[in-house]
Amino acid sequence: MKEKTALFSLFGDKKKRGRFVSFAIVIAAYIIIEILLKSGSLSSLFKSLLVPITCYVVASIGLNLNVGISGELNLGQAGFMSVGAFCAICVSGILAGTVTAGIPRLIIAIICGAVLAGIFGFVIGIPVLKLQGDYLAIVTLAFGQIIKSIFMNTYIGFDSDGLHFSFVDSKFKLQPGGKMLLNGPMGATGTQKIANFTVGIILVLIALLIVYNLMFSRSGRAIMAARDNRIAAESVGIPISRTKMLAFVVSASLAGAAGGLYGLNYATLVPNKFDFNTSILILVYVVLGGLGNMTGTIISTVVLILLPELLRSLQDYRMLIYAVVLILIMLVTNNDWLKTKWKSLTSRKAKGGASNG
Amino acid sequence: MRKIFKTSMAVALSVCMAAALTACGGSGSSASSEPAAEATEAADAAEETADTGAKIKIGGSGPLTGPAAVYGQAVKNAAEIAVEEVNAKGGLQFELDMEDDAHDPEKAVTAYGVLKDWGMQVSLATVTSAPGAAVSPSYAEDQIFAITPSGSSPAVVFADPDNLSGAYGNVFQMCFTDPNQGSASADYISAHTDLGSKVAIIYKNDDNYSKGIHDTFVAEAAVKNVEVVYEGTFDDSNAQDFSVQLGQAQDAGADIVFLPIYYDPASLILTQANQMGYKPTFFGVDGMDGILTLEGFDTSLAEGVYLLTPFSADAEDELTVNFVNAYKEKCGGEIPNQFAADAYDCVYAIAQACEAAGVTADMSSDEICAKLVEQFTSMTFSGLTGESMTWNENGEVTKSPKAVVIQNGVYVGVED
Amino acid sequence: MQFLSYLINGLGLGSVYAIIALGYTMVYGIAKMLNFAHGDVIMVGSYIAFFALTKFGLPFPLAVLTAILVCTVLGVVIERLAYKPLRQAPSLAVLITAIGVSYFLQNGAQILWSSSSKVFPSVISAGSISIGAASVSYLTLLTIATCIVVMICLTLFINKTKTGSAMRACSEDKGASMLMGINVNQIISITFAIGSGLAAIASVLLASTYPSVYPTMGSMPGIKAFTAAVFGGIGSVPGAFVGGLILGIIEIFAKAYISTQLSDAIVFGVLIVILLIKPTGLLGKKINVKV
Repeated sequence: MKEKTALFSLFGDKKKRGRFVSFAIVIAAYIIIEILLKSGSLSSLFKSLLVPITCYVVASIGLNLNVGISGELNLGQAGFMSVGAFCAICVSGILAGTVTAGIPRLIIAIICGAVLAGIFGFVIGIPVLKLQGDYLAIVTLAFGQIIKSIFMNTYIGFDSDGLHFSFVDSKFKLQPGGKMLLNGPMGATGTQKIANFTVGIILVLIALLIVYNLMFSRSGRAIMAARDNRIAAESVGIPISRTKMLAFVVSASLAGAAGGLYGLNYATLVPNKFDFNTSILILVYVVLGGLGNMTGTIISTVVLILLPELLRSLQDYRMLIYAVVLILIMLVTNNDWLKTKWKSLTSRKAKGGASNG
Repeated sequence: MRKIFKTSMAVALSVCMAAALTACGGSGSSASSEPAAEATEAADAAEETADTGAKIKIGGSGPLTGPAAVYGQAVKNAAEIAVEEVNAKGGLQFELDMEDDAHDPEKAVTAYGVLKDWGMQVSLATVTSAPGAAVSPSYAEDQIFAITPSGSSPAVVFADPDNLSGAYGNVFQMCFTDPNQGSASADYISAHTDLGSKVAIIYKNDDNYSKGIHDTFVAEAAVKNVEVVYEGTFDDSNAQDFSVQLGQAQDAGADIVFLPIYYDPASLILTQANQMGYKPTFFGVDGMDGILTLEGFDTSLAEGVYLLTPFSADAEDELTVNFVNAYKEKCGGEIPNQFAADAYDCVYAIAQACEAAGVTADMSSDEICAKLVEQFTSMTFSGLTGESMTWNENGEVTKSPKAVVIQNGVYVGVED
Repeated sequence: MQFLSYLINGLGLGSVYAIIALGYTMVYGIAKMLNFAHGDVIMVGSYIAFFALTKFGLPFPLAVLTAILVCTVLGVVIERLAYKPLRQAPSLAVLITAIGVSYFLQNGAQILWSSSSKVFPSVISAGSISIGAASVSYLTLLTIATCIVVMICLTLFINKTKTGSAMRACSEDKGASMLMGINVNQIISITFAIGSGLAAIASVLLASTYPSVYPTMGSMPGIKAFTAAVFGGIGSVPGAFVGGLILGIIEIFAKAYISTQLSDAIVFGVLIVILLIKPTGLLGKKINVKV
């Protein structure tokens, strides 16, 4: 795959400097939003979007590691999110009696979600990474569907006797006061909402830290080498499978952590939420932000989540317009004529800036 | 040079955020500057532009786009009709804002934010169950009165649906709860042995509604000695081919096929059973209503289908006829389903309760909430979907499902 | 019911998948893009056939022709407006555009034709014949027959005509084809036209077998057909045919003999196993990586 060139030429920064910009943007956004929150001038709509935005940003950063850096088209990211989400919900439900404080429970739950998703990533990665190109993509799609299917048939209950588990049919009966943590296709209901925005932002920062460290480490360079030319990389002794697996597992765990936060932000969560469409949605964020470009991913995720909300006044037409905007953005950002124009324009600006300074 | 790009993108982002903030920031009273409100008003014709301040704001969300859009659109249209009718009578004035939640809990929570920013005082909650379960805690927290037309899962009204406890108290239901329908169906079948003795169930296992009814049906069937010989499922990704499920039901010797599903897949099941030459008694629940009016459906296929439904678009009482005509006029000849009828009733029930409790448009939402909860738990309401309905303090409605059988393309009531 | 009827039902379902998969695989073979809007072209085809039959009262063959015509034009227009400008762009950009087109068609259909489903009239008589102990509806037989005819015509077209040769040349090497004087853009347009025409045929069969027409009806068959195309080896015409049939049979058998709840997981599980054994699908060409 030779698609490493960022689609958004304006995000095409691969220098290390770029990472500070991402951190700066996230921290600045956090400070601004916290100030607005404290002063009470933030709308309810925006408040309700804060946590999901951080979730999707983390999942997109993870996917970008996979698609952009490692060069594997993954169509099953939502599957890993659902592993993280349902794991976190179960952990939080089980610990509800023992760890009453929200934040520690949230953190434990997210970590469990991330670890379990990472394990899933490892197990799935073994067959997936044997394949290439579109075949790899379809297998990730298949695993995404299988994970969804599994959660739709999993029943987990928790009561005074401990944990109950059954598959396909709910065969157990709970003691009075017991709780269905996972009720097959009905998913989790009555989840305590313990997610919060600050944890979300910290998660984004951690995700950036992990991904950047990986990108600019020895393994990161190996991953990119393998992406750009597998055979050449192999010939100089880079262990391709191991490096790709590393990226795949990290990507899955990030999705799992994002899912964990997401799952604990809503009173209810159904397995159908994490279907093929959600995977595609995250992929759109990544492609639009620029492959391999984390700052771009963050910005495009935020913009694309806000866009349908801003279009609400269009009523029934909003998703139609959203589709048109999506197509137009892809057409415009990939238009050669506009690209050269933009380049000449900005290089002139830059030159002007240099001579001034 | 690169820095310039970053900066420009950062600026673009902050502009975007600022737009989001200002577009929706005018919380509370100054809602007339809000675009969603403007659009609704525009949609609600010119007559409403007069005096927005004196209207009670009814919010609500439902799937207006996506695969479940048919339910959300029905609720939206019917609620709009009801609001127009109530307003035309003089007296209390209402205005409505239905937001899109695409049948997704995440979007429902966002839509709730939009409605709150708009200054919603009373709510129709959500159209579907899973999004309803996601926003009910918010309604309870903010003490905004909500009555859902069709969110039938217990999770909509109970914080702990497994034990049916921890009711939110201010979230009410206009429709039957799922368990209620499931046990009522099992009771009916056990009491009418002439329909058949061996029951097959085909249900949609990724749907709260269908799965909920199925579970209670099976539990009640065990108590009432109704023999369930086959259970088949389908989900979103294979909701077209039913040959296997029907074939296995036939092989198991089922003479009743219980279909706790909506009318779209039910129409496919009836068609395919007919192609196979399998003719059991089909037994549906309220989701089956709408099958006769499905555009292009050969109603002879539904001959002899039993269903428990609170509403029938073919009923000849004045209320139903007027409603059906108004709906047809508004929606280009489409015939309302039970979602529409429930939504219509919701608006009228809210109006009745508001009149009785002396609610005015300048009251805050929690003040209205307290008054309406008191009214709803004590009043009786008669509408399209039932006579003399009452609500308990958990918010569940008490009305009895009526069994009807389809004969010559119309519903015929059957004696219990 | 027993084995034989499941098998025939599976073949019927598989035939529909196969025709849709043919469209996917042709477009992929020539344009090297995953056209995720293909399923939604099927949805449009179903609506057109529905309205032609009910509103305009056209006879069945004419309705099918209208659907084919409209879909063909739609396919070419989509290609010109949305995909052609992205010929040089990375394939992921085209993928996202295709998803955009898919959203556009679904939401456009909802606005134009409302979200409530319509029941496709049963034009093909509902009768059935007995083969052994199994009874098979005429519709299933017609579907299987159509699929075989389409498959044969397509193979002949690709192997025996000049345009067909040009298509094969394009799928091998676009640059070289251009040097040989083949109008690559035109060939791609023709491919989209044929793929969309096939989608229209599939739409009529799909809507006749499962007579429910609604705005998102195309997405699930679309994904399944995409899976079928990969099963058989994406880019390979016989592969799509075989893949479609196998997928249909597996789906029905999984439901019949294992579990209706897990049928999806089983279908995708088999796909994964097949790809692990044959990484380019059943009949796919081996990719030679140049050093």
